Amino acid sequence: MATALMDSSPNEVSAATKSGSKIAGAFAMFRNAKSITGLCILGFFVIVAALGDVIAPFGPLDKDYNALKQAPSAAHWLGTTHMGEDVLSQLIYGTRGVLIVGALSGVIATVTAIIIGVTAGYITGWKSESLSALTNVFLVLPGLPLIIIVTSQQENPSLLLVSSVLALTGWAWGARVLRAQTMSLRNRDFVQAARANGEPLHRIITVEMLPNLTAIIASSFVGTVNAAVLSLTTLAFIGVIPITNLNWGTILFWAQQNGAFPDFWWWYIPAGLCIALLGMALSLINFGIDEYVNPRLRSAGERARALRKKGLDANSSVTVVRTQIPDDTPAPSTTSDTSPAD
Amino acid sequence: MRFFARRAAFYLFTAWAAITINFFLPRMMKGDPVSAYLLKNQGRISPDAIASLKTLFGVDDGRSLFQQYIDYWGLLFKGDLGRSFSKGLAPVTEVISSALPWTVGLVGIATIISFFIGTLVGTIIGWRRGSKADIIVPISTFFSTVPYFWLGLIAIAFFSSKLGWFPASHAYGKGISPEFTWEFISQVIHHGALPALTIIISSLGGWILGMRNMMMTVLDEDYITVAQAKGLHPKKVMLNYASRNAVLPQLSSFALSLGFIVGGTLVMELVFSYPGVGKLLLDATNAKDYPLMQGVFLIITLTVLVANILADVAYAVLDPRTRQMES
Repeated sequence: MATALMDSSPNEVSAATKSGSKIAGAFAMFRNAKSITGLCILGFFVIVAALGDVIAPFGPLDKDYNALKQAPSAAHWLGTTHMGEDVLSQLIYGTRGVLIVGALSGVIATVTAIIIGVTAGYITGWKSESLSALTNVFLVLPGLPLIIIVTSQQENPSLLLVSSVLALTGWAWGARVLRAQTMSLRNRDFVQAARANGEPLHRIITVEMLPNLTAIIASSFVGTVNAAVLSLTTLAFIGVIPITNLNWGTILFWAQQNGAFPDFWWWYIPAGLCIALLGMALSLINFGIDEYVNPRLRSAGERARALRKKGLDANSSVTVVRTQIPDDTPAPSTTSDTSPAD
Repeated sequence: MRFFARRAAFYLFTAWAAITINFFLPRMMKGDPVSAYLLKNQGRISPDAIASLKTLFGVDDGRSLFQQYIDYWGLLFKGDLGRSFSKGLAPVTEVISSALPWTVGLVGIATIISFFIGTLVGTIIGWRRGSKADIIVPISTFFSTVPYFWLGLIAIAFFSSKLGWFPASHAYGKGISPEFTWEFISQVIHHGALPALTIIISSLGGWILGMRNMMMTVLDEDYITVAQAKGLHPKKVMLNYASRNAVLPQLSSFALSLGFIVGGTLVMELVFSYPGVGKLLLDATNAKDYPLMQGVFLIITLTVLVANILADVAYAVLDPRTRQMES
């Protein structure tokens, strides 16, 4: 999700707080089709994880030796494993492991990113530069090998340890984007005014700045969760995480170990699709936030479509556009709605 | 020149940080598997190798931590990363240097191809904003959220088991030895095609999305309007004006996400039994071969740093501002 975060232009998120209630404003970034679709899929997985015991037709490790490597049937909707375990039940119970680790490491990484990123953006000089260098070091270090080494040195790594290590390798993107945004906020008039009023530092940061950073914080949280889910399932697949922590990667690990490829498709296709679907949901949420933060992303396509309806091409040179433009639509209107806060 | 001085300082600092992390990691390990191994294999390991393993893994022999750190740097400068437990006590540097070219070749070429295709596609989608081409974005995003290894497994199941188009594993066929002949090279290409294709497909989405978003932002700038007002050919505006500026953030994000990409592709080597450092790392993890694990981590990190430096050089070539004295 690295590239999705890159292009957040420094637009203020003040429009939402100006009009309407504060709570509605806080959720404005999710009020678009992409984010809502993503949130619905995510909500589905959360419900499945929460109600796992009720929904799952079998226990995840219940063995039925009369039905080994069975194709999907009425009794086992997604077939069975080599030990006669129900694949659907394993998927349902596995959702919990994935979501808990993803959310936990997302929270740890985001808090770290806020502390380091906002501080680095607010202070100046060599202190800011060295925090930025620290962030870049963590960005450049290859995360997955580091995680593999740390977790494999522990006999039985706990969920908290796994989440912390995933967070350790995942906070840097958020911190980098937050630093850039804080630096641009630091010299805005309302922050200068607060400083001139003698407001304490913690108040300037929490009351004046953080509300303008919520969209970026949300997007970096979602991005970190996405990366953590991918890393977790990868770690489980290569067998570094103990198999007692059931997740989608563990299913793929067992499938690979017991020769499920390529014939027993019901064993390995659903788990991978679940990972992709969850990742897609999180990406969609982030697309929505991106378009909220950077209105050009949203309006550019709409404007080009509107022009095309009038028989114009957004990419042709201006002279051609002028000769064809109808009288009722003045030319400047195509750019007036782009960036109200620039 | 300040740009280069700053970057050089940053890379030196990152290299130092990686090496220091590599020094402290085994010292935080629970238990002492290395001295247990040394005890079990007394007499089989030369005293020199024992001394270097003790320094690398912090086996307590009365030296202070600082002295160990100094000795550790001494070992690194001699190119001594200890002996591999699982590869018949061969020097770790030798084991890694026989695997590294495969990884650099496969992951490097696949990543560069993916970056170029993704940037080009992103340029075109961003230029034709609002057209039907936008559908590529969700499709490529889907492939980039799929785990690399799973896509690799599916590719093997489909293209090599079902269709038999590509071999499923190894870098070249059995009964052929690495030499500079056409037969060997064609074998390498044939074996590398499927893993490379998988890496390209699953990493393409990020580049397409990043470039498209940058294009959309850049296309609103005044200099684009001016270029069009001058009556320049649309292709020239797209490539020389819009894309040229949009590619700069794309390139710096390429440099910064290299570590992330390389981590993901290492697992591909396990899936395809490709004889690179990724498979080496995972084999070493399963065999509890700590010296090899530490060595592989260090080498991977340093390789990513070198790739970063190359990306910086490309950035400097594309952005004349970095070459100015007063920047």
